[in-house]
Amino acid sequence: MVSLVLPRLMSLRGPARRSISVAGRNVTALRSAYWIVLLSGIAEPMLYLLSIGVGVGRLIGDLRLPGGPVVSYAAFVAPAMLAASAMSGALAETTFNFFGKMKYLKLYDGILATPVRPFEIALGELGWAMLRGTLYSAVFLAVMVAIDLTSPLRALAALPAAVLVGFAFGGLGMAISTFMRSWQDFDLLGSAQFALFLFSGTFVPAQAYPSVLRWVVEASPLYRAVDLIRGITVTGFGVSQLVDVLYLAAVLTIGLVVAGRRMERLLCR
Amino acid sequence: MANDGVLIRARGLVKRFGDFVAVNGIDVDVRAGEAFGFLGPNGAGKSSTMRMIGCVSPPSGGELRILGMDPRRDGPAIRARLGVCPQLDNLDPELTVRENLTTYARYFGIPRRVARERAAELLEFVQLTERANSRVEPLSGGMKRRLTIARALVNEPDIVLLDEPTTGLDPQARHLVWERLFRLKQQGVTLVLTTHYMDEAEQLCDRLVVMDGGRIVAEGSPRELIERYSTREVVELRFGGEEQESFAGKLTGIGERTEVLPDRILLYVADGDAAVTEVHARALTPASVLVRRSTLEDVFLHLTGRTLVD
Repeated sequence: MVSLVLPRLMSLRGPARRSISVAGRNVTALRSAYWIVLLSGIAEPMLYLLSIGVGVGRLIGDLRLPGGPVVSYAAFVAPAMLAASAMSGALAETTFNFFGKMKYLKLYDGILATPVRPFEIALGELGWAMLRGTLYSAVFLAVMVAIDLTSPLRALAALPAAVLVGFAFGGLGMAISTFMRSWQDFDLLGSAQFALFLFSGTFVPAQAYPSVLRWVVEASPLYRAVDLIRGITVTGFGVSQLVDVLYLAAVLTIGLVVAGRRMERLLCR
Repeated sequence: MANDGVLIRARGLVKRFGDFVAVNGIDVDVRAGEAFGFLGPNGAGKSSTMRMIGCVSPPSGGELRILGMDPRRDGPAIRARLGVCPQLDNLDPELTVRENLTTYARYFGIPRRVARERAAELLEFVQLTERANSRVEPLSGGMKRRLTIARALVNEPDIVLLDEPTTGLDPQARHLVWERLFRLKQQGVTLVLTTHYMDEAEQLCDRLVVMDGGRIVAEGSPRELIERYSTREVVELRFGGEEQESFAGKLTGIGERTEVLPDRILLYVADGDAAVTEVHARALTPASVLVRRSTLEDVFLHLTGRTLVD
C-alpha cells in the first residue's frame, strides 16, 4: 500500500519543479522594454483612481451603501480599481503574451520536448502572471493607505485577495487564449474586458441597476472580485465575500484545467 | 533500457489525423549507438513518426516502446533522456544564445551551476562561443540550427532526434552541421534523423528505412540498399529537344533498367563506359553523357517511381 501511494506523492515534486522552471524562463527574459509595460500597468489604475475617484468624487460627495455605511466616492472606487488592475495585469500576461508564445514564438513546442507537460506550462505561466499582478496590487494598496482610503491592516488583508483575483482571471485568460484563432479575436476580448470594467459595480453600486441587469452584474467575475476587495478594505467581510472567494477559486480551477487540456490538444497532436 | 540494445521499438505504428493516415503501420528497431535514418520525400510520414518517438504526439495505433518505456504513460521520463532538434527552429527569441541553453537545461531540472558549465561546453562544441551573449534573431540559419542541436544535447540524452537537420541551410552550413553530427556519432550517441537528402542519409546513417506514403518500402544500410535496388553504375543521358521519351525506345536492351525523367534518361548498368559505347554504336548522339555510381536517390526512384526532391 505504502509503496503504491508514496511514489505518487513524491511525483508531485516533479510537476512543481517543472512549473517553476517555466516561470523562471520569464524572469530570465526580463528586459528593459518589459519594465515599461510593467510601469504602465501600475500607472493606469492610479490614473482612474485620481481622475474619477478623487476628481469626479468631489462632485458626487459621499455614498450611502446598502446596509448602511457611508463612504467617500474615492473609497468606493479605489477597491474596484485594485480589482480591475489585478484583472488586467493577469489578462495581459495570460492572453496576449501567452498566445504569442504559444502560436507565434512556438515556445511551448520547444518546452514540450522536455519532461515539462502542458498543464505544468499553464501553471508556470500563471504563477509568473501572478508575480506581476501581485506587484501591481501591492503598489496600489500602498497608495490607498497613503491617501487614507483604507487602513494598513485592511490593505495587508486585501493583498492575498487581490492575488486570488489575479489567479482567477489568469486561469480564465489562459483558457480563453487557447480558443483564440488570431490577433483579431483579441479585440473582442478587449471589448468584453472594458465592459466588465465599466459595469461590475466599479463606478456605480450594483443596486443602482434594474433587477434583471443587477443579476447579470452580480454574476460577473469582476463584480465578485470588486465585492471581495471592497468588503475587505472598506465595508467589511461577510457571507457575500465568502461566496466571492469560492466563485473565484472555481474560476481559477476550471480555467487551469481547460487551458491544460486545450494546450495538450493543440500542441500534442 | 531494453536488454537487447534496442532503444526504440515500433510495431504496426500508426498515426492518423482525422481521415488522413500519416503513418500506416511501420515496424522499426533502433539500436544503441547507431545512426538511424528515415529517408523519404515530404509528406512520407517521417515527421509524424519523429513526433511520436519524441513523445509529443500520441500514437493512433500499434506498439511503441522507447528506452523500454511506454510513451503514453512515461512521457516525461522518456523525454528526460531524449534530445530533440525539430525541423523548424523554435529557439527562444527573447533570450540570448547562452540563456537558450541554460534555460532549456532548467526544464530538465538540471542545477544552475551544471547548466552553465554545460552551456559553455556545448557552445564550444557548436562553435558559437563568440555569440554567447547575442540574441537569437541576428544569427544565420546555420548558427540557429547548430544552437538547436546544442540545446538538444543539454540533458546529455541517450537518443538525439533530428528532424531534417540541414533543410534550408547553404552547402557550407550543411557540412558544418554534418561534421558536428558525425562527431556525436563517434562519441557513441544514438542518432535518429529524418531527411529527404540522399547525400545526408549516405553520409550519416548506419542504417535507414525508406518511407513513402506512410509506409516503409525498404530497409538496410545505404550500401545494402543500393546493392539490392540499384545497379553499380548509372548513365545519365540528356537529349536535345523535349521528347526524351522518343529516344527511350532506341535504348532498350542496354543495362538492366531504364528510367525516363522529364529532363533526362537514366540507364542502370553494371559498366557505365561499356553502356556509353553501346549508345554511340546505335548512332545516338545525346547532348550530354554522365557516368556515375548509384545513390540512394536511384533506390528511391526504383522503389517509388518518383524522385526524392521535387
